[in-house]
Amino acid sequence: MDTSTPEDAELQAQFDATVAADQRIEPRDWMPEGYRRTLIRQIAQHAHSEIMGMQPEGNWILRAPSLRRKAILLAKVQDEAGHGLYLYAAAETLGVDRDDLTQRLVDSRQKYSSIFNYPALSYADIGVIGWFVDGAAICNQVPLCRCSYGPYARAMIRICKEESFHQRQGYELLLAMVNGTDAQREMVQESVNRWWWPSLMMFGPPDGDSPNSQQSMAWGIKRHTNDELRQRFVDMTVPQAEVLGVTLPDPQLRWNPDRGAHDYGEPDWAEFKAVLAGSGPANAQRLAHRRRAHENGAWVREAARVHAEKQAARKEVAA
Amino acid sequence: MSPHAEEEDATNAYQSLSETAGIDDPRWAFGSGFEDVEAEIEAPLPAGVDAADLAEYCLMLGDDALVCAQRIAEWVSNAPELEEEVALANTALDLLGQARVLLSRAGHVEGAGRDEDALAYLRSEAQYRNVALAERGDDLDFGVAIARLLVFTTWRLALMSRLLDSRDPVVAAVAAKAVKELTYHREHAARWAVRLGDGTDESHRRMQAGLEAVWPFVEELFRTTDVERRLVAVGVAVDPADTRAEVDAVLDQVLAAATLTRPDRAPMGLLGGRGGRQGVHTEALGHVLATMQSLARAHPGATW
Repeated sequence: MDTSTPEDAELQAQFDATVAADQRIEPRDWMPEGYRRTLIRQIAQHAHSEIMGMQPEGNWILRAPSLRRKAILLAKVQDEAGHGLYLYAAAETLGVDRDDLTQRLVDSRQKYSSIFNYPALSYADIGVIGWFVDGAAICNQVPLCRCSYGPYARAMIRICKEESFHQRQGYELLLAMVNGTDAQREMVQESVNRWWWPSLMMFGPPDGDSPNSQQSMAWGIKRHTNDELRQRFVDMTVPQAEVLGVTLPDPQLRWNPDRGAHDYGEPDWAEFKAVLAGSGPANAQRLAHRRRAHENGAWVREAARVHAEKQAARKEVAA
Repeated sequence: MSPHAEEEDATNAYQSLSETAGIDDPRWAFGSGFEDVEAEIEAPLPAGVDAADLAEYCLMLGDDALVCAQRIAEWVSNAPELEEEVALANTALDLLGQARVLLSRAGHVEGAGRDEDALAYLRSEAQYRNVALAERGDDLDFGVAIARLLVFTTWRLALMSRLLDSRDPVVAAVAAKAVKELTYHREHAARWAVRLGDGTDESHRRMQAGLEAVWPFVEELFRTTDVERRLVAVGVAVDPADTRAEVDAVLDQVLAAATLTRPDRAPMGLLGGRGGRQGVHTEALGHVLATMQSLARAHPGATW
């Protein structure tokens, strides 16, 4: 805590009172360095996740099986780029800049959601990513709409509304597919089998093994524990799976009337750690893709910068 | 906080998660640019217009947009900056929207029961009617991509602005929407051409190389087909040759501002007098369609 002087102690007390009263911290307000660092890390990772998330879905835009599905998918991926823009802008209010954050991403110095280190192997994945991955993201993100940091909270309100729409689009694709051919139904089940466990891992490690959670909750950045959110996701998803007629691949999954919630099995935390450490099925591919796009665009960004300087110089001469 | 209290929060997105009803919400096709002209697709054939000619004409205009959208969509997750991701995806989406209406109209006028997807996914290269410029690949070279976009949108805007009064109500409706969209696309491409042309030495060289790469495909844009000639006579189509002066003037203005030089390149030749409008394409189209159609063709009878 930065409480080395009486003045600091007073600022800290004000900050604590604002957070305790569920009021928002704004960019010009004093905030503890740890709070700022945590937010920068979290918002940047969130922005990076939006950008990296464009890859698995982008993989199917060219092959979308109908023009309507192509339009829906293209619009969704475009929204993700837009979300990345709002989030980088929110991070910039904390005194970092987007170019620097992008560099940290391509240099592997900052992370993004591990879920995008799994491959999108069939068109059913487009539906399942919407249903599970966007669904899990919404469970994680809705509480952030009331996060203590104002710019992040406001960005999240807009993002959550669009994510919720994406989730329903994904589910609607799956409904159409399960009402189609046997091959389509198999495709949906196979995709559900592959994405279920990685989606549960999106909520992070179990509460007993999540060292940063407590501080983030005290700061009003995080509102619910990982396990609470995971439970909410499971309870929400089970009836939706029944409507689709698909089986969630967990033999331990069953309603527990005593808890008023579903019991479910343990995700493979060794896999979670391996993917987080960089050895998931698509980590290297995703990062190489991002790096290649960034490097291939360097001459274009440089041209835009030089052109703007030339224009400014001409204006000055003319003035 | 209780779940009930959350439901009353304006920021609550959980609610829609647990709803499985309401999937007929028209917003499902958000961004498709389709709904507002859907009703007109079944409009009767204007008097004196040959159905086969109109269907063919809608395919020409629709295929140009579809194939070009497919090429632009290759840039998704590959753009030089985030704003450009949004802009390119948006351009592809607009062109795709134009294509969907035009293909639907072609299918309706043809009267053989083919919808937009049957036309997009189940025709071979030789049945496609787009100009070669639309299918020209760019290998993710932004200079080529911008050169193609600049020429394509300048030409298409010149066409569409002359189709606002087409006697075919669907062509006219597409044109009305397309003129607004293409005005933005052309502006966007022109701004980039100027930034790149008048940027660094490297960007100048690469933008000029992009123009050189697409220039052989320019001549085809102004060739008039027999179908167009007949439809001009009945007030449905525009003669593409009539757009040449406008396209030249716009491109000259952009090239001058960008300190670029108008390429001096021989036009790509015809094959037995036939080009893209007659179904004779470059080798590139086969690859574009192989990718685009693979999944749809692998699942006959599927619903998506």
